Amino acid sequence: MGDIAKYLGDAGTRSALLTMLLDHIYLSLVPLVISVVLAVVLGLACHRFRWVNTVLVSVSNVLYTIPSLALFVIIPAVIGTSVLAPVNVVIALTLYTTTLLVRPVAEALAAVPDHVRAAATAMGFRPWRRFLTVELPLAVPVLAAGVRVGSVSNISLVSVGALIGTGGLGVLFTDGFRQRYLAPIIVGIVLTMVLALVVDLILVVLRNALTPWTKAGRS
Amino acid sequence: MIEFRGVTKRFDDGTIAVNGLDLVVEAGTITVFVGPSGCGKTTSLRMVNRMIDPTEGTVLVDGKDVLTVDPPKLRLGIGYVIQQAGLFPHRTVLDNVATVPLLSGWSKAKARSRAAELLELVGLPAELGKRYPVQLSGGQQQRVGVARALAADPPVLLMDEPFSAVDPVVREGLQDELLRLQAELDKTIVFVTHDIDEAVRIGEKVAVFREGGILAQYAPPAELLVRPADDFVASFVGKDRGYRSLSFVDASGVEVLPAETVRAPAASGGWQLLVDAERRPQGWSGPDGTVVPGGSLYEQGGAIRGALDAALSSPSGLGVVVDTDGRFAGVVEAHQVLDVIESHRG
Amino acid sequence: MIFADAIAWLLDPVNWSGAKSIPVRVGVHLLYCLGAVLGASLIAVPLGLYIGHTGRGGVLLVGSSNALRALPTLGLVTFLYLVMNGVQTVSVLIALVVLAVPPILAGTYAGIQDVDRGVVDAARGMGMTGSQRLWRVELPNALPLLVGGLRNATLQVVATASVAAYVGIETLGRPLLDGLRVLDYAQVVGGAVLIALLAVGLDLLLALAGKLVIPRGLRLAAETRRRVKPVEEAEVVDVV
Repeated sequence: MGDIAKYLGDAGTRSALLTMLLDHIYLSLVPLVISVVLAVVLGLACHRFRWVNTVLVSVSNVLYTIPSLALFVIIPAVIGTSVLAPVNVVIALTLYTTTLLVRPVAEALAAVPDHVRAAATAMGFRPWRRFLTVELPLAVPVLAAGVRVGSVSNISLVSVGALIGTGGLGVLFTDGFRQRYLAPIIVGIVLTMVLALVVDLILVVLRNALTPWTKAGRS
Repeated sequence: MIEFRGVTKRFDDGTIAVNGLDLVVEAGTITVFVGPSGCGKTTSLRMVNRMIDPTEGTVLVDGKDVLTVDPPKLRLGIGYVIQQAGLFPHRTVLDNVATVPLLSGWSKAKARSRAAELLELVGLPAELGKRYPVQLSGGQQQRVGVARALAADPPVLLMDEPFSAVDPVVREGLQDELLRLQAELDKTIVFVTHDIDEAVRIGEKVAVFREGGILAQYAPPAELLVRPADDFVASFVGKDRGYRSLSFVDASGVEVLPAETVRAPAASGGWQLLVDAERRPQGWSGPDGTVVPGGSLYEQGGAIRGALDAALSSPSGLGVVVDTDGRFAGVVEAHQVLDVIESHRG
Repeated sequence: MIFADAIAWLLDPVNWSGAKSIPVRVGVHLLYCLGAVLGASLIAVPLGLYIGHTGRGGVLLVGSSNALRALPTLGLVTFLYLVMNGVQTVSVLIALVVLAVPPILAGTYAGIQDVDRGVVDAARGMGMTGSQRLWRVELPNALPLLVGGLRNATLQVVATASVAAYVGIETLGRPLLDGLRVLDYAQVVGGAVLIALLAVGLDLLLALAGKLVIPRGLRLAAETRRRVKPVEEAEVVDVV
């Protein structure tokens, strides 16, 4: 405990921690936002064209077997970015999160009851408006569940980026390990978990605000 | 015999599901608990096999307080059929039916041969035994549910809305099947439904519950239709209860008259009944010789409701009466039937 | 071309012998994964069965086990390594077990919770005791989701066991870290390919095992659900 107090007592450490935290937030949440957009577009494509579904299922099955560490390194080799560029982590996590979200979103869109769809059409909704105002909102609970899993796993995975030298709270683990110093490791673990928890809470609040109709059934 | 003595069930949230129920279900009868949702009918049923325990009062099965018996042991001796059947999806139909005998310690071979007997008893072909529940229709699943409940030959059978998830035509078939089985097996059956027609059709006695878990009336169905205890029962029983009560009036006083029959339509200036070589009614030949489909047929010995309906639905005004083999036996006229109904009243 | 280089690395005889050869690393990787999944199953399956069956503490336990998912494995490994004074094996195993518990627990619990209420009600009403109901009805019906949880856990553990190389264990993470240090992409990609193959292989094995243990009636039910759906849709279109 004394160690940690001493560690945190240093103003330079504190400002470094803030930078790492902000890096971590950037690296884990930017992929999340991109993935939500991609997943909705791809989910819609899956729903309309069967073959997109087939392709995505096979791609995601393969993608999930590739360790994040390897993906962080392979991406620069394939697209020619610098090994240390944060964009590698963003791309890798976007790939993971999108594949995580597409399937449930496609299923949720398919699960919108046909009578609801038919009623919306009968009331004169144009297909795009119907999608944005009827089908997509009904898919929000499923999307929210996927986004929550994705945010937790992204926040945890960004730490691995420290092994290839991108920023984020993971740097605390490699630093602590090299210096045989526990304090930064503990601080890193706690900050990572608190970040995950806070993001999760925000997502829950956001979901509840977007789906007022589910309030009755929620405890 | 099942007896409820001052039974009350109050749930943790304070709602009273059953309120001071006193009721006796006679051995060897079908007793129906009927009422709107939330009236405590299912809760009452579930207190018999201790799926729910009463807050106050006593439930006795054959004179024994159920609370003195260990629930699993009690339930092995009481058949239980629920809505959607609740068949075990991971077991074959035969193994589903054999469940209670196996739990009661029978050998596997004996339990399976008993299960096969039961499939036959409920009118299912033996080869269905090898299938899984998902491969059956809704009606077949319900039959399996009944077979499973009867497997260990329990004296008491509890049925909780067993037929409400199947379509009306299949439901009627299942009701007939249940009545046929009961004639053979003579069980003490408690049957819960929200459908008053089903209650009146199969119940020897019907208990009508109202919201708040109060027993509104407990009587044979005919009495329920003719003399409802209060406005609630009257409105629950429905609009044409007067007509429906005729299902329970004997038609023996109605005189069956002869009528002209022909094998082929002909313009005779009057109505003639068309029959086939076996003398089965095929419709009517109108005054100008056109063929008109017949109305409902009244089978001799049935309730007077059938005789009246045959007369009212016949194009000629003459209700066609057939014997048990479906052969023409004569005709009845509506005014005669009404006379008999009037005389019953007097 | 990087993938050609990776294949060359994979086929280089130098990498196939000695204490740091591919077979040794595959073996070590596999052992850690099996140990972790087994250990996690011993904790998570009984726990999931218990809370699923009794309905007691389910939300709390599954919720807090989901919070475990936020625990960064790299942080946990380095933390345990330092706390245990450099005992690599145990620190890595514990971290991987922690990683594998949430999906297995969630799968088991959801499997039991997902059993049709009517089926459980019928089992009770027919006179099954609590344990008969659990072993004869709830567990068999929970197997599809339980196996799903095991497969998820295995995929994650196989991918993450590479992190163990950071504290000096000869898993397939070694070529990733070595290659990264000297910017030898062939080695990195080669290692990644091996890990992916291992993951796919184990997943196939578990899928096969699932086919063997999941009762036939449940597999038929799943197929029926898939098959019936398009038909229903077609009917609706006709009616409208």
